Amino acid sequence: MKTVFDRPHALCDVPLHYCPGCTHGIVHRLVAEVIDELGVEGKTIGIAPVGCSVFAYNYFNCDMIEAAHGRAPAVATGVKRTHPDNVVFTYQGDGDLAAIGTAETVHVAARGENITIIFINNAIYGMTGGQMAPTTLPGQVTTTSPYGRDRKIQGNPIRVCEMLSTLDGTALAARVSVDTPKAVINAKKMIKKAFQNQLDGKGFSIVEVLSTCPTNWGMSPTDALQWLRDNMIPYYPLGTYKDIDAQEA
Amino acid sequence: MAKKVLMKGNEAIAEAAISVGCIHFFGYPITPQTEVAEYLAKRLPKVGGLCLQAESEVAAINMTLGAAAAGTRVMTSSSSPGISLKSEGISYIAGSDLPCLIVNVQRGGPGLGGIQPSQADYYQATRGVGHGDLRLIVLAPSSVQEMASLTAQALDLADIYRMPAMLLADGALGQMMEPVDFSAFPKRDVPEKTWATVGHNNARPHNIVNSLYIDPQVLEDSVKARYQRYAEVEKNEVQYEEFMTDDADIVLVAFGITARICKSAVTAARAAGIKAGLLRPITLWPFPKDAISAAADHAKALMSVEMSMGQMVDDVRLAVNGKKPVYFYGRTGGMIPSVEEVTKEICSLANAL
Repeated sequence: MKTVFDRPHALCDVPLHYCPGCTHGIVHRLVAEVIDELGVEGKTIGIAPVGCSVFAYNYFNCDMIEAAHGRAPAVATGVKRTHPDNVVFTYQGDGDLAAIGTAETVHVAARGENITIIFINNAIYGMTGGQMAPTTLPGQVTTTSPYGRDRKIQGNPIRVCEMLSTLDGTALAARVSVDTPKAVINAKKMIKKAFQNQLDGKGFSIVEVLSTCPTNWGMSPTDALQWLRDNMIPYYPLGTYKDIDAQEA
Repeated sequence: MAKKVLMKGNEAIAEAAISVGCIHFFGYPITPQTEVAEYLAKRLPKVGGLCLQAESEVAAINMTLGAAAAGTRVMTSSSSPGISLKSEGISYIAGSDLPCLIVNVQRGGPGLGGIQPSQADYYQATRGVGHGDLRLIVLAPSSVQEMASLTAQALDLADIYRMPAMLLADGALGQMMEPVDFSAFPKRDVPEKTWATVGHNNARPHNIVNSLYIDPQVLEDSVKARYQRYAEVEKNEVQYEEFMTDDADIVLVAFGITARICKSAVTAARAAGIKAGLLRPITLWPFPKDAISAAADHAKALMSVEMSMGQMVDDVRLAVNGKKPVYFYGRTGGMIPSVEEVTKEICSLANAL
C-alpha cells in the first residue's frame, strides 16, 4: 500500500498540548516537513521560547534548547557562531519576540545572523491566559485591555516584518497565514526559503505566521479563522517585506 | 625559568582563557573590565575564535548559554551592574546544567554606584546570583597571576561539575599590572559533553537542554541531583591560603585584593608584638568553613576584612559558630582600606582582648 500522508520524521510522535483549533500544530508540521525535505534534522538545533510553544523542545526531533523568555535569538546566536555548519532556528510567539525580546530580535537581524526565525503572531498572550500582546490590535479586548486596547493608554501594535525589513542584515522578512489550504502551501514555501537561505549563507530570515487563538479570543476555531481574515490581515498585510534574492534579481 | 609577561589583570584573564582553549567570548563594555573584551577582540580572530559584542548584558549571557549548550568552552565578562543584568541567564545556565565562566570585575554599588574597586557583590555571587536553588563555583584571585591561574581552573571546574563558575575579581586587580607566568596551569581531565546540542547526526535521540520541569516532583528530583554534585564540589574543591595562622591570637579573614593589604597589616602587627594571622579564602563557594572553624579553635578572635559593609563576615560567623568572637572591618563604595587602617584595627582589637 502506498503511504500518502505520514508524520514528518522531524516531528516527534508525542501528544501536542495545544488547544483545539490553534494553528501552532499546522506550523509545527510545516517546519518539520521542511526539515525533512532539506534532510537537515541531524544537524539542526531548535530554540524553544517561553509562551504557548514552550514545549516545542519535546515536539521537534532535532536537538533542542529551551531559552529564557525573549532570549531565543541570543541563544541561537551563541549556537550558530560557535557551530556555523549547523542549522539553527528559533520558534517564538509575539510576546516573546516583539515585547520582552525586542532587543534580541532587532539585533539578531541587524547582525545578519545566519539563522531562521519562525514567528507566531496571534495578537495575544496564550499561555498565561489571554493578556495583551505587543501585536494586540487597537480595540481588541484582552484580560489586561478589558475595555479594548486604547492606543492612548496601551500604545500601538508592532508590525515586526516591516520593522525588520529596514535592517541591512535581514535577508528575508515575510508574513504568511495558515487560514486556508492555499495559505498553508504558501506558508510552507516561505518557511522552506527561510531555511534554504541559511543553508546558502544568506543571513537572517524571519517568517511571521498570523495565527489564531480560539481559546483566548473566545471563539470557535472557524470563527477565529474568520476573525483573523477580517481583523488581523488588514492590520498585518500578508507579503514579503524584504527578500534579498528579489532585490538582486 | 618560566617566561613571565607583564600585563594587566583583565588582560591576564583573557590570555589565560585562550591558553586553556576558551576561544569564544560574548560580552558588553563596562568599566572596569572592558580590557577583557578589548584584548580578546584583538586575539581571538587570530586563533580561530570569536569575540562578539552583544547588544546587552542580557543578550551576552544568553549567547554564552547557547554556545555552552552546543558544547563550546565559553566565557562572558562584566562588572557589577552588568552581572545584575546577567543574573536571569545565570539562573537558566545553572538550571540547564551548563558549564561556562562568568567574570565579575567588581565596582562599587548599589545602582550605578561607582567605577572604583569593590567586593560588595559577595552576597550576589555566593547567595543571590539568580532565582532558584543554585550555586556557582566562585573563585577569588588576589594577584594578576591568580587572575590567570584561577581563570584556567574555573573553566576546568565548570566542565567537570557541569555548572557555571565565576571569577570574582575587583577593579584594582583588573587594572593593576604584574608579571604573569602562563606556562604552568595544572590541567585536569574533563568529561566528554555527550549532552550537548550539536545536532544528533541521525545517530542518537535528540538532546534537549532545558530548565523547565512542570511536575514539581520531577523538578525537586532534578534540583536534588544537582545538589549532590554541589556536595561533591564542597568536598573536593575548597581552596584557601593561610599566613602566620599557626600561633595567631587574631585571625583575619580576607579575600582578593583585601587579603594582600591584610598580609601587610599582619606583618606590621607581628612587628608590634601582636600574634596576628590571615586566612584567605580562594574559593568563596565552596567556602573554607572547616579551615576557619579550625582557626577559631586556637585563635582568640577573628576579624573579616572586606571592601563592603560586611558580607563574607556572615559566612565567617557561620563557620566559627559562636566559638570565638568575630569582628568586621571594611570600607565600601570604591574605598580601599590602607595597611595602616587595618593594622590599627588589629592593634585595638588586641588591646581589647
